[in-house]
Amino acid sequence: MSEALLSVQNLSTVFELRARSPFAKAPKLKAVSDVSFDLKEGETLGIVGESGCGKSTLGRSILRLIEPTAGRVVWQGRELTDLSAEEMRKARRDLSIIFQDPIASLDPRMTVADIIGEPLRVAEPSLDRKTRRQRVLKAMEEVGLAPEMINRYPHEFSGGQAQRIGIARAIITEPKLIVCDEPVSALDVSIQAQIINLLRGLKERLGLTLIFISHDLSVVRLVSDRILVLYLGRVVEIGPRGDVFARPAHPYTRALLSAAPIPDPDVARSRKRIPLQGDPPSPINPPSGCAFRTRCPIARDVCAKEIPPLIPVEGGTHRSACLFAEEVLRSGDDIASASV
Amino acid sequence: MTLYVDKREALEKRFLVPDTEMPAGKPRSLMRDAMRRLRANKAAVGAIIVLSLIIILAVLGPYFIPYDYETPDWGAFRAPPDFASGHYFGTDQNGRDLLARVLYGTRVSLTVAIIATSVSVTVGVLYGSVAGFVGGRTDQAMMRFVDVMYALPYLLFVILLMVMFGRNVFLLFAAIGLLEWLTMARIVRGQTLSLKEREFVEAARASGVSTLPIILRHIVPNLVGPVVIYATLTIPEIVITESFLSYLGFGVQEPLTSLGTLISEGASVIQVMPWLLFFPGAVLVSLLLSFAFIGDGLRDAFDPKDR
Repeated sequence: MSEALLSVQNLSTVFELRARSPFAKAPKLKAVSDVSFDLKEGETLGIVGESGCGKSTLGRSILRLIEPTAGRVVWQGRELTDLSAEEMRKARRDLSIIFQDPIASLDPRMTVADIIGEPLRVAEPSLDRKTRRQRVLKAMEEVGLAPEMINRYPHEFSGGQAQRIGIARAIITEPKLIVCDEPVSALDVSIQAQIINLLRGLKERLGLTLIFISHDLSVVRLVSDRILVLYLGRVVEIGPRGDVFARPAHPYTRALLSAAPIPDPDVARSRKRIPLQGDPPSPINPPSGCAFRTRCPIARDVCAKEIPPLIPVEGGTHRSACLFAEEVLRSGDDIASASV
Repeated sequence: MTLYVDKREALEKRFLVPDTEMPAGKPRSLMRDAMRRLRANKAAVGAIIVLSLIIILAVLGPYFIPYDYETPDWGAFRAPPDFASGHYFGTDQNGRDLLARVLYGTRVSLTVAIIATSVSVTVGVLYGSVAGFVGGRTDQAMMRFVDVMYALPYLLFVILLMVMFGRNVFLLFAAIGLLEWLTMARIVRGQTLSLKEREFVEAARASGVSTLPIILRHIVPNLVGPVVIYATLTIPEIVITESFLSYLGFGVQEPLTSLGTLISEGASVIQVMPWLLFFPGAVLVSLLLSFAFIGDGLRDAFDPKDR
């Protein structure tokens, strides 16, 4: 792989929970364990997984909004995890984030001008008010907001407009990387399409690199070049979009794909579903070995022994953390029929 | 599948439009909204009018009446209210005009209340928001200090402060404000704890804003509701404290007066000169009621869900 813009190496984020009694050991919640990936400039990485699998924690850990417990985040050759608070603040102008709840992510007491201008105020404190206002207007134009909206307050806007404000705030410092944390999950489907198209357009125009977190496979498919599938804080599969969607090499990915709704009822009726039993196990006390084995239709005894490594399948950049990846690939529909 | 792609492209063209649907009317800040709701509340509007009247009279009144608060009128001792002589509220045992004294007393009481309240709001808001936002050990230490302060007997403190500040009433009440901030700090800390988990705070951190500006720009403005409400409820509390301290002889010293002092003097002669109790009492009651109604109105205005 050529020069990576962002390289995440063995990143883990562990939350220490409150101990049940003063004598008991505090239980630990491993939200993200041992995640590694590289991201090239201009690339979009989609992160998918069930709710509670650590998607958002991973996104926030990369930006150090949550301090990662172990591992490294290398950004343009610099290790973000080693930067002092002051250096990190400076680095933030290149890294931004778009949030899930568009209204909640805007300060209700500030006007649009102040909200969008805030990152700029930090990044370029020497700018005078007029220039800053002009930059805000430019960012608003970029995301398709009318300039007259500049003195309005967040609660006056619809969800889609509020998310456009959030995006304008994210792009105003001309960042290189944007973490999109479920940016469309809280919106109507028709608005989702608008926002996704907006993001894709901005990515082209501004040469952005995106990390796109979502539980919605159809959305991820639309924007991502590569897909990373997370289960209980671990990467179970990572690879180019086409490969992961067409030839999933992990039983969990297969199950996820089979559960995604298909807009065409004929196709939907004819395909095979791979229903998963039960809920994901608790990340406080994950199963030994492969975390997915408790719900996996092809689990065997070996799966409980040790955590399966990410191994390349089909010899390419497509990697799966299943001991039987080749079998999953080969057998195709057999798995589905075996479990139904 | 090709058809699907075409359809998608067809749809995308339509969705690439900017979203410029304007919200109607003038920009409405949350403050403006709250004020609009407050104006719709009859009791609160009435209270604001009464309060403004009292304030205007207390400030300007003394310039328009022929008597001042300390010079005796040798021709009218213990005079009941009388329009002919110009002693509208009567006079006291020393022949001083009661109207003038009530106006001065109101001035003193209000000044004292406002000093103490602004001290308590400033200290309480800063202390509480820092404790809540920083959290962890700092929070623990700061709030334990508040607990200790709470546990100390109030009157003992006031007497100690009297010794320290002597007869300067305004310094004394600034000091009382320094005691009153405890509850404010607790309220603010609680609000801050919930505010700091909101996404807009995280957004500010993601933009690289450091802790102090986040507290001042994002946390404190969002505390306006509870703080304003609590402050309007603190003012009457301090007016009452002042009355109580004056009653005990700790407050304002003669010939200067306050509503509390006037009431305590009036109470002792209620059987012979009831007007000495009635007039200052009526002003105090209207003041307290106005503040209570305004506080209630503000609470409903800032937090319409809680009504």
